[in-house]
Amino acid sequence: MASHSVTLRHHFETSEQQKDASTIGMWMFLVTEIMFFGGLFMAYIAYRGAYPDAFAAGSQKLNIVYGTINTAVLICSSLTMAMAVHSAALGKKNLIILFLILTLMLGGVFLGIKAVEYHDKYVGHEIPGANFHPELDNKNVSVNNVSLYFALYFGMTGLHALHMIVGVGLLLFLIFKTAKGAYTAHWHTPIELFGLYWHFVDIVWIFLFPLLYLIDLHPGK
Amino acid sequence: METAAIVKREPRTYLNVDHTLKGWLLTEDHKRIGILYLIVITIFFAIGGLFAALIRIELATPAGDLVESGVYNRLFTGHGIIMVFFFLIPSIPASIGNFLIPLMIGAKDVAFPKLNLLSWYLYVIGGSMALTAIIYGGIDTGWTFYVPFSTGYASGMVMLTLVGIFINGFSSILTGLNFMVTIHRMRAPGMTWFRLPLFIWSLYSTSLIQVLATPVVAVTLLLAALERGLHIGIFDPTLGGDPVLFQHLFWFYSHPAVYIMILPAMGVTSEIISTFSKKEPFGYSFIALSSLAIAVFGFIVWGHHLFVSSQSVYAGMVFSVLSYLVAIPSAIKVFNWVSTMHKGSVQLTTPMLYGIGFIGLFTIGGLTGLFLASMGMDVHLTDTYFVVAHFHYIMVGGAIMGFMGGLHFWWPKITGKLYAENWAKLSAVIIFLGFNLTFFPQFILGYMGMPRRYHVYAPEFQVYNVLSSAGASILGLGYAIPLTYFLWSLFFGKQAPANPWGATGLEWQIQSPPIPENFEITPVITEASYKYSHEEAAHVG
Repeated sequence: MASHSVTLRHHFETSEQQKDASTIGMWMFLVTEIMFFGGLFMAYIAYRGAYPDAFAAGSQKLNIVYGTINTAVLICSSLTMAMAVHSAALGKKNLIILFLILTLMLGGVFLGIKAVEYHDKYVGHEIPGANFHPELDNKNVSVNNVSLYFALYFGMTGLHALHMIVGVGLLLFLIFKTAKGAYTAHWHTPIELFGLYWHFVDIVWIFLFPLLYLIDLHPGK
Repeated sequence: METAAIVKREPRTYLNVDHTLKGWLLTEDHKRIGILYLIVITIFFAIGGLFAALIRIELATPAGDLVESGVYNRLFTGHGIIMVFFFLIPSIPASIGNFLIPLMIGAKDVAFPKLNLLSWYLYVIGGSMALTAIIYGGIDTGWTFYVPFSTGYASGMVMLTLVGIFINGFSSILTGLNFMVTIHRMRAPGMTWFRLPLFIWSLYSTSLIQVLATPVVAVTLLLAALERGLHIGIFDPTLGGDPVLFQHLFWFYSHPAVYIMILPAMGVTSEIISTFSKKEPFGYSFIALSSLAIAVFGFIVWGHHLFVSSQSVYAGMVFSVLSYLVAIPSAIKVFNWVSTMHKGSVQLTTPMLYGIGFIGLFTIGGLTGLFLASMGMDVHLTDTYFVVAHFHYIMVGGAIMGFMGGLHFWWPKITGKLYAENWAKLSAVIIFLGFNLTFFPQFILGYMGMPRRYHVYAPEFQVYNVLSSAGASILGLGYAIPLTYFLWSLFFGKQAPANPWGATGLEWQIQSPPIPENFEITPVITEASYKYSHEEAAHVG
């Protein structure tokens, strides 16, 4: 307790208690995030169940190559993030910075590819609203229902991207703090907790990718 | 040491340690943040009450002579939005709860003090946005924001209100998260789960709902805002969406939200009944766990709001049966409170009057809820004044009685001052009578078929409406008196002793008002919160 009293806030008895409280708080925050995304997933389930053909038609307008690359990029970033947490536990400052920068770069690649995808959708008139005129292979589906698919696509991936942007901001902050020597083998709770957040955002994408990109792709169709 | 501090004329307290405005607006002390909440909550209560007064004046006669229908729609919408989102939901947890949780569990503060302050600012920002929309003409969607009306046709600053409620939602989520972590990780040595005061159990259950349900309504209102702002089809049927999905998502939060309002009031009542019966609560663990049961059941009953909204009859039957289940933990509580008073030394102090009033009014509110949970009855009663009367018995008769009871009970601890007991008793009785006169006639009106949300009505309903409006004016007087004597007590009230009620809770063992750090040294707990011996009960009786 006395050994790292610099980081111990006044209302905690021990640094174990402080770390415990922060960790359980982060897990609880992630539960609220699940419920937050949960509303969108619920809407997805309801509408995909009601309009499966329109969702398939909409899904075919997505670029599966971009989606697959982005999935791989995010999985790699989870690995580098895990390595950063591991390095923090060992107290190796330079390794922490290296892995956090790698994570930051992979996050940037993801967001870049996402931006290209969004731009393609804009060019193809596939953004719901007044200018929504997608060129669909299946002419038998209602354009309104395809618009629902794209509203959910933009809602879900947009909210995910927003979490990525927040994550990138936090990464910059952590890199800065690490460089100043804020974290030691004894105390590196912020890095650990950010790791939980980053993995959570990755997991959301792991669900979004098949739900949005891989509808109706099985052979024989 | 402690005695010396009390003898001194001005002992150091959380109130006098810093008198600057900055010391209040940037405070991280949970006690000061609780008071910040109390002030803003009271303002919102007054504004919401003003809308209610205008509604009741309009309804005193069958014709629409005070306002026309469009204005009336804005009045009940403003009343609903302010009372639900900006008064009832934060009322007990954020003010009294914030003040008491660390004191009751033997901690110096909540787990995340900065987050606690941030929650208050989010609440004020969200509230200001909704208030701005109301001042600039108001909105007419009803507090439920049903689509497609709210997203396509309603006039006024619906967008701003939705964003305000969205931001306020995060205040609620973060407060719940903070409280849960605090109760999990900040308890003093020896403060085991089953030694916790029942108020803590009820706030834990409340926080669970805030954390799990609020994000869902947040994202739902966000989608509604997107639909309104960008005309992207999500719920609007003309754009391919399904309006019933909105109702499902909305009530997935808004039904549990009723338990966010009532559970803390139940916790307050448990404390009051035990203290003023000078008895351990009868069946402590049943009261504690029934709070959790209400929180859990609350998540699986939302469909009873959709009995007439094209939900399948079979789904309706399931939701109907599940809704009945809520009656079980609720009845356990009522039974245990009454049993606590049985053979206790009952003192009819002001908080106790509110406590007993709560039991009676909550029972009526709860039992009429069973009428509405049965599908056949609900088809007849839905959207009538029966529903209005039912939820006001829960929200005003239950939640506000609990809030008033708690405020009177802990006022000496919070401010260090005693209020005028006789005036307080008088106003408690006035509130009880005024409340019943306001809302009981509405059960009859609803049964006779008077629909809610209209500013004109058939002449045969007038006698009950006049009774209701007369009751509302008595109720208004009942709320004005406490405001007066509470303010009076701040300046002229007698100094409160540490434990004016002879209560056993941890918060009563420290000075009134407490020192900024709550406890000089962290207490070690060796027994349950309620240790009223039989001998003591005999003496007081």
